[in-house]
This record gives sequence, C-alpha cells and structure tokens, in this order.
Amino acid sequence: MLRVDALQAIYSELEKHIVVTIMGAVAAELYTLGHRHNFFYLEHAMGLASSMGLGIALCMPEHKVIVIDGDGSLLMNLGTLSTMARYKPGNLLHIVFDNESLLSVGGFPTATATGTDLAAIARASGVPIVIEANDPQHLMEAVGTALHSAQLTTIVSKVEAIGPKSFHMDLPLLENRFQFKRSLEMMRQQSQV
Amino acid sequence: MPVSMTNSKLIYEALKACDVKIMSALPETWLVHLIRLADDDPDTILVRIAKEEEAIGISAGAHLAGVNSALLMQNHGFLAAINPIVSLALLYKIPLLMLISYRGHMGEKDSWQTQGGLVTEPVLRALNIPIWHLTNAADIHRRIKDAQTLAIAALHPVAVLLSRELMWED
Repeated sequence: MLRVDALQAIYSELEKHIVVTIMGAVAAELYTLGHRHNFFYLEHAMGLASSMGLGIALCMPEHKVIVIDGDGSLLMNLGTLSTMARYKPGNLLHIVFDNESLLSVGGFPTATATGTDLAAIARASGVPIVIEANDPQHLMEAVGTALHSAQLTTIVSKVEAIGPKSFHMDLPLLENRFQFKRSLEMMRQQSQV
Repeated sequence: MPVSMTNSKLIYEALKACDVKIMSALPETWLVHLIRLADDDPDTILVRIAKEEEAIGISAGAHLAGVNSALLMQNHGFLAAINPIVSLALLYKIPLLMLISYRGHMGEKDSWQTQGGLVTEPVLRALNIPIWHLTNAADIHRRIKDAQTLAIAALHPVAVLLSRELMWED
C-alpha cells in the first residue's frame, strides 16, 4: 500500500478530528491532500507526536485525537506505548505507518525491516485494541471501528518506502502551531455550547 | 524518609493556585510527596511517564489544548529531555513549567548524582531557560506563580530548581 493512498482512504475521518503527525513524507502528503487547521505536523522532536496526542487526548476527552506515527519515530520512543496503555484514553487513535525505513534521511532500514513487530509491542504494552491493516479498505474499516469503539487503539499499516517528490509545505511551523491551538480552542467552545 | 512533606504540600498548593490541571512525573526521591499529592487529587491528571522526553510532548499537547501543565522531574530527567526541549518546546514556542529537583548540588552525599548537579545550571543557561531557585518556603507561592507567568507570556520554558534545603530535612 502507498501511504498516500492510505491517507486518502481515511482523509474524510482525519479532517473531522484533531490530527498530530510526525515530520517528513507523511506530513507533506497529508498537507498536499488538503491542510486543515486541526492538523498539526510535528516537524522535529521525533517520537513525540504520540506523546503530544496523549496530552491533547487527556485534556480534551470530549474530542477524538488521531496520531499518525511512523516506525522510525515510534522506535525512538517505545515508552510512549506503555504510557498510552497506562491511561488508555478512549478518544485516542494511534496509527503507525510502517515503511521499514528512515525514508526522508536516505531510506536506511529500521529494525522493523529485520523483524521487530510494532503491533506485537503495542499489544504487549497493554494497548487494548491493536489492528494490523495493510490495504486502504482494511485501514478505513479499522479507523471506523476505532473511532466508534471509544477504546485506545493502535493501527499498524505496512506501507511502501516511497515518499512525495517534494517535502515542501507552504506552512511555517509557527503558523501551524498557532492556527492549530486556535482551532482546538474553537472545538472546545463549540462542544461547550 | 526525610523528604519535606510540609514544603511538598506548599509546592503542590502553589501549582493548584496556578490552575495547573495536568502534571507529568517520573518518580524520584525528593518528589515522592508531590507525586502522591497529585495522584490523590481527583482534579489533577497525573501522567506517569517512562522517560522525561515524553513529558515535553504531553505538556506541549496540553498547552495547545488550552490547559496549564507542570513537569516534575529530577535534573537528570531534565538532561534526558534536552532534544525535545530544543526541537519541540523552544522551536514551537511552548511554555513549560519545569520543577526540577536539584540533585548533586551542595550537600549531596550520593556520588552518582554529582555530575548532573554540576552541569544542570550551565545547560539551562545554554538553552536560555530562566532559572528560579527555591530555597525558602516563604518564596514558594510567589516564585512558582511568577515562573508560570513568565513561561506563558514568553511562550518559553522556565526552570524552578527545588533545592536540598527545601526538600530534604536532615
């Protein structure tokens, strides 16, 4: 599966919810599919998109938060799985696109290329629902299930190590940061009405 | 255990007065009472992390969600979190209220704490993070409030160093 096809398949859900992505190909591809003010692209601090998503999910329990992670990023912060599993916020969906590669820095293989199984690690960490979905239809169903289940879910999707031609995004990171914060504030206000 | 319950309570009350709703922590001797106070408080979300790097992400998420947070960490935990402090908090202008137990400073008997004690303030200064020392109980309320005020106004991390004099009753 191409990651861009995976993103396309779930875009109609992503645009409705709070989304935090890692940097690199996935950020550029989601941005190109259509930026929304409720999308935050963490352009550094590899591994921490899921920690940010956990912080948001715990502080905004009435809203759904979708984190889009990658194998390289998650391997840098495996402790996040045990922390998420400890608090199990039902409004948090953690999607991991596993291309077995550090694609944006030259395509060097990660440990998932040599047998490390992120879905198994998530399960063993105590994440209540872990789904492997390796085609767009499956992924769409898994995302639908997760969003309706109100249980912390990790979805691991194997994708090809192919990225966009350009990683350019016409969005300075501070602009993204302030517009995202404002968007969350509006979501909070609307839910209180 | 001679960790000061009285001063831990004062610190906790000061955080509550700052409307801190979510705290992250990784257990450390000087912080035990503070962590228990947070754990027993139904109005506080306590996130027990596996490594301090996560705490920077959690606080960043809380800030973007409009909620005040505080980080309870040992100075070695602060040292473990340098990259996300730089490439998340400083890069994205995220305020952080870091309460750091200042191990390895004057009076330290545990030799393994001493290198961290020596580098804590130089590293904070290198990162351009303002430092408040907490050594007197009378300063706790005002200094924690002022640290949070600056963090939010500057959209920048601040460090409150919890001293041995305050935290440890020998």
